[in-house]
Parts: sequence; C-alpha cells; structure tokens
Amino acid sequence: MKALVWQAPNKVSVEKVPDPRILNSRDAIVKITSTAICGSDLHLLDGYVPTMQNGDIMGHEFMGEVVEVGPGVDTSKVKVGDRVIVPFPISCGSCTQCLRGLTSTCENSNPNAGIAEKMFGHPCGGIYGYSHLTGGYAGGQAEYARVVLADVNAFKVPDSLSDEQVLFLTDIFPTGFMGADMCDIQPSDVVAVWGAGPVGQFAADSARVLGAHEVIVIDKEPYRLQLAADAGHTTIDFDTNDVRSKLLELTGGRGPDKCIDAVGMEATHGSVPIDIYDKAKQHLRSETERPHALRQAITSCRSGGIVSVVGVYGGLLDKFPAGAWMNRALTLRTGQCHVHRYVPRLLEIIEQGKIDPTRIITHRLPLDDAPNGYAIFKAKQDNCEKVVLKP
Amino acid sequence: MPAPTAETATHGRNPELLARTLGWASLGLGIPQLLRPDAVDRAVGVGEGAKQRAVTTFVGMRELTHAAALLASSRPSKWVWTRVAGDAVDLATLGRALKNHDGKKLGRTIAATAAVAGITAIDFYTAVRGSRGKGATVQLTGSTTIRKDPKEVYEHWRSMDKLPEFMTHVDEVVVRDDRISHWKVSAPFGQTVEWDAEIGEDVPGEKLTWSSIGDADVKNAGTVIFTPAPGDQGTELHVFITYDVPGGKLAEALARFFGEDPHQQIDDDLRRFKQVMEVGEVMRSDGAPYGKKARKEFPQRPAHPMSDKESTEVAT
Ligand SMILES: NC(=O)c1ccc[n+]([C@@H]2O[C@H](COP(=O)([O-])OP(=O)(O)OC[C@H]3O[C@@H](n4cnc5c(N)ncnc54)[C@H](O)[C@@H]3O)[C@@H](O)[C@H]2O)c1
Ligand SMILES: [Zn+2]
Ligand SMILES: [Zn+2]
Repeated sequence: MKALVWQAPNKVSVEKVPDPRILNSRDAIVKITSTAICGSDLHLLDGYVPTMQNGDIMGHEFMGEVVEVGPGVDTSKVKVGDRVIVPFPISCGSCTQCLRGLTSTCENSNPNAGIAEKMFGHPCGGIYGYSHLTGGYAGGQAEYARVVLADVNAFKVPDSLSDEQVLFLTDIFPTGFMGADMCDIQPSDVVAVWGAGPVGQFAADSARVLGAHEVIVIDKEPYRLQLAADAGHTTIDFDTNDVRSKLLELTGGRGPDKCIDAVGMEATHGSVPIDIYDKAKQHLRSETERPHALRQAITSCRSGGIVSVVGVYGGLLDKFPAGAWMNRALTLRTGQCHVHRYVPRLLEIIEQGKIDPTRIITHRLPLDDAPNGYAIFKAKQDNCEKVVLKP
Repeated sequence: MPAPTAETATHGRNPELLARTLGWASLGLGIPQLLRPDAVDRAVGVGEGAKQRAVTTFVGMRELTHAAALLASSRPSKWVWTRVAGDAVDLATLGRALKNHDGKKLGRTIAATAAVAGITAIDFYTAVRGSRGKGATVQLTGSTTIRKDPKEVYEHWRSMDKLPEFMTHVDEVVVRDDRISHWKVSAPFGQTVEWDAEIGEDVPGEKLTWSSIGDADVKNAGTVIFTPAPGDQGTELHVFITYDVPGGKLAEALARFFGEDPHQQIDDDLRRFKQVMEVGEVMRSDGAPYGKKARKEFPQRPAHPMSDKESTEVAT
C-alpha cells in the first residue's frame, strides 16, 4: 500500500510499504477513507519529538471501513464492514487509567513504555504514528491501518454523518473540547484561547457550547483569526497588539478567568528581537520548547483561574513563570486528549448542529499530495487551516 | 531469601546519590551551552565561528539529554556510562582544539580540558561503583499494580509454566510436580542455562517463593508478594529476584553495554505480565513487534508494517 513516511527532519514522502497485518488477536485492519494532518504532526516533521525513525508512517487522525478483524475481537462491538473513527491514543479499556477515563495515559498500550519512562518519569500510553516513544505504531496517513484492541478503539459512526463531519472526532475536536472542559467554565467566565489553529478553533467553539460569557482567540495569522471571528469569537492579533494589555482592556482589567494554550512547543513571539533570538536558536536546533504562549497564558490569567494546556510539550521547559503560577493561585491542567471519553458526547453535539467541525477544512488532497499538504499547512500558505487527505 | 532492600545496600556507599548530583551538574553545564554557545566558546577560549558553535551546541544538547536521563531514571548510575562516553568525546574535541589552536587564549583551553578531565574521573568512579559489587550476586526488584484480585494474580504466577509468556529470558518452565519445576533460560551472549527450582513458601494470594536446587547452572531465587492495592485497583505485586552471575558484575556491565539491562528487563517483564493479566496478551507494534523477545530498545524497526519475510522471522 501507499503511506506517508517520515524520513528525516523536514523530509516526508509517500512510499510503497507492506500492507498492515494482524499482530495481536484483538486487532482490526481498516481501509482508510479520510485522514488528516495535525499540528502535532508538524512537531514530528520539524524534528522536535525524539525517537522518530526513517520509515515511520505518520498520521493519527484517520477513519474508514473495517476490512478484517482478529480472532479475539468482540464482534458485538466492531465487525467487518463497520464504518469507524479511531481515536489517536490507544486505550486498553481495562487498566485503572482507562477505566477512570484517562485513556491517553493507558498503562498497557505502549510497548515502548521503558523508553517513555526514561523521558517522562512514568510512561505515557500508545499513540498511532507518533514516534517510538509512544509505542512505534504505524500511523494512518496511508491506505490501510492496523487498529489495536479494535473493540475498544474503533467507534462506529452513523451513516447519516459524512466523513468530514466525524473525522475530527479522532483528535482535534475532542482535544479542543477537553481544553475547554478542563476550564470548569462558569457563565461569567471570559475564556482566552492561544492559537487559532484547528485545536484552538475547537477549543473556542467548545468554550462557547460549555457556556462561557465570551471567548477571545489569539494568533497572528489574519486568515485564522478571521475564521475564529466568523464563528463569533473575539480575536487578538499578537503581531500588532500587546496581548496582555489587550486582554486587560477586553476584561475590565480582570484578565481572562480561564486560559487555554492551543499552541504548544513551537510558539512564535510577537516581539521582534525575541523572535530573531528564537529563530537563531531554532536554526541551531538548540532548544526543545518555545513556550511563549504558555508563559503568556500564565501571566495573563486572572488570579485563581485555570490555565488549560492542550498544546503539546515534549522535553524541558525554560523560564516557567512559577512565581505567577504560585502566588496568584493558578491551576494548571493538561494532557494528551482522552478522546474515548468524549466521542459519544461530541457525536451528539455534531448531530444537534451545535458545532460544525467541517468549518475548518480548507484543503482536500489525495494521499499522494500529502508532502505538499505538510508544506502549506506548516508555512500557513494558501490560507491553509486544515488538510484532509483522501487515500 | 533476599530481603526487600534496594540493590544499593550491597554496594557500601550509595552510587545512586552521586549519580543524581551529576544530573544537576549536567543541567547547569548544558543550558548555557545551548543558549549561549558563543559565550561558552569564548570562556573556554576556542574561538567563534559556525563550526565551533555547532560543536558546542551539540555538546549542550548532550548535557541536557544526560540531565533528563539522570534525573528521570530510577537507577541513574547506569546512565553515568553515557556520560563517560560523552566526556571522552569532549576530551577528544578539546584535544583537537588544543592541537589546532591559533595560540590565542591557549591557557583557557588547557584549563577547560583539565576541568573536563576532572569530570571524567568522577564519572568513571561513579560508573565503576555503580556496576561493580563485592559479590557476584545480582539483586533485582520490581513492582507493578494489576487490576485483578490477589488470588487471580497469584494463581497465574503459581502455575509457573505461564511465566515464559512474559519473562523475556525464560524460554520454558516445565512443571515436574506441585513443588518442582525445570527452567530453561537464555543468558547473555547466546548461552542457555537450566536448573530445577523448588517452591518454598506458598501462601495463596499472598506470597510465593522459589529457589534453584541441586547443581544449577545459575543459582537463583525469587519471591513474589501479592498485596491488595488501595481502593478498587486490584493487586500490588512486589518481585525480588537474586541470581549469581557467571563472570560477576563485569559480565553484567558488559551485557548492559550491549543493550541488555537486567533492571530494565524485570520492569519490562512486569509490564508484560500486567498486559497479559489485564489485556489478555503482550502488546505489539510495527516498531516493536517482538513482544517478550525484545532485547533492547534501539534501534527499532521503522513503524510501518512488516514484510512477509520479517513477519516470519518475528514469529520464530
Ligand atoms: N493535547 C492533545 O491531545 C493534542 C491533540 C492535537 C493537537 N495538539 C497540539 O495542539 C497544538 C495546536 O495544534 P493545531 O493542529 O491547532 O496546530 P497549528 O500549528 O495549526 O496551530 C498553532 C497556531 O498557534 C499559533 N501561534 C504560534 N505562536 C503563538 C503565540 N505565541 N500566541 C498565540 N498563537 C500562536 C500559530 O500561528 C498557529 O496558528 C499543537 O501543539 C498540537 O501538537 C494536542
Ligand atoms: Zn493530532
Ligand atoms: Zn488502559
């Protein structure tokens, strides 16, 4: 089959690879009908996530039709012919973490738990197409994919909903929703969201659905800010504004009650000298995180508020504003998304028309064009917000 | 029977503590090298320029990796060996700088070389302390929590012949009778060792001990304690294994050098045991398809499906 493989930092290409096979008795094979490129893939592309190897298939947002199931699959849950979406984190459904709904920290799904433990102190769960640290699972930017523990990790979706309506249930919609959910939103809350990428857009929409008084979205890409404004959110361009002052102005001097970091480790900075400094460091590949958005979220958040982090971080972080965090009683919450626990609720929200996930799709490309999809999504060319690939 | 003490107890002074201190030193060294490579180069007197900068940045990256590794690892002393190797690279780099030196600020480069040589000595001392013991007995401890009740977890272990399913080196356990079993185990460097083991204490759902008897190739003993975990989390499993290493600690260190770390392996064995109990089988991925046959973490297969040929190799 054909698949998009990582070869070296900033080098991906579509290659012929063997078809996936059943490795564990509860596996299924899915023929992929739609798959997407995620902001997390950019961290892999740029070489900021360790343990990528030449030949790794990327992609963790995929859906399709079940074409084969292993002998151990509970066919009352999933069977050949079903149309399914596949959450990006792999859950075993039976460990304590999974049963508590913390599926991205599953204790059984990462065969490379030993590597992850060395990096993180304790291992994280398995993720498709996301380095060897998270298990070395082949990803879903391909014609077919192996789905692990399929009776727990493949969710049937109704035929009345199109691929494009349900595809983002695999990751970015639940991730944005979890970003808002972790904020314990109250009716009087002003929620600020850093990042108007796909995750930021869904975080903003979700904050609104969860009853926020106002949602403010911060980015520097005019077309992305426009997309957020079209959805009814207030926007701040951090290239032309001092974010903290603007936030004070918009909140009567209180600061946003809840802040969501939907940017992660590759944030850029509005200040020219700091941006040059960072670009130089980036050029030398001498830093792992550039936590500008996180720092700004912490220093901007109203005292006693919540800073909810769904942007991805991978290593060690510098100049963390611990004083602001501690002295102003802020709560920091984070995690890879526990997708499984949100899927049923979000399916309902889509069916009720409360959030339209298709509003962020700007590019639909054949799988063969995936490297080009990466390039424009990364460079924010051609007003690219989200690329959907059709194998 | 080995008491449930940390491995360090047999080593006199505590090398783990020393290793952790080195972790923080690495962090102190690494950050300036990353953020201000030019300034570090000036301080050690090796001149500025793209090539120097690249080397210094690389050195800084490595220091940070070590910091993370030493701080995160539960048994940091093994990581010190990566520092020893790193120090050797630094010395070689500085040595080259000395040889090709343009004469300016030579004193600073010599001072830096001496400082790094000093660090190497400490690293070497720690590494040797960490891997050399007085006796030739290795003690391994490991624990995990399994969401099944203690009886069930105990019974799976007590059957003995299911151990090869998740214990990486155990090829076969043949149960001779209620108390005696015969073990076939692959040892480092392609050897196979065998012994008979006899059950000692046997308290269903609580405790199980065994030890090799007679003329064992490798004298060894094991204890497993099963205790209820807090709340509804099932069973805590505490495993203690001791064995005599043919060739002593040096052989162990050598095996470790080639990617076989017994401490890592007992942790991985227990993770696989947990998978067997909770999921029903050992989890595999395209990058790590070997299950219990995995011997080292890197390099792995690429994370894409196996060819028919690879697949048959993995199966056998
Ligand atoms: N937690 C999870 O489970 C999870 C899941 C999916 C994605 N993610 C992460 O979420 C983040 C966003 O993903 P995405 O797909 O939307 O990516 P994206 O790259 O499309 O979006 C990031 C946006 O942040 C903006 N940005 C950069 N610096 C900024 C700053 N200082 N302030 C405000 N905005 C800034 C960029 O202009 C861009 O529009 C990534 O880090 C991704 O890895 C996390
Ligand atoms: Zn993603
Ligand atoms: Zn689990």
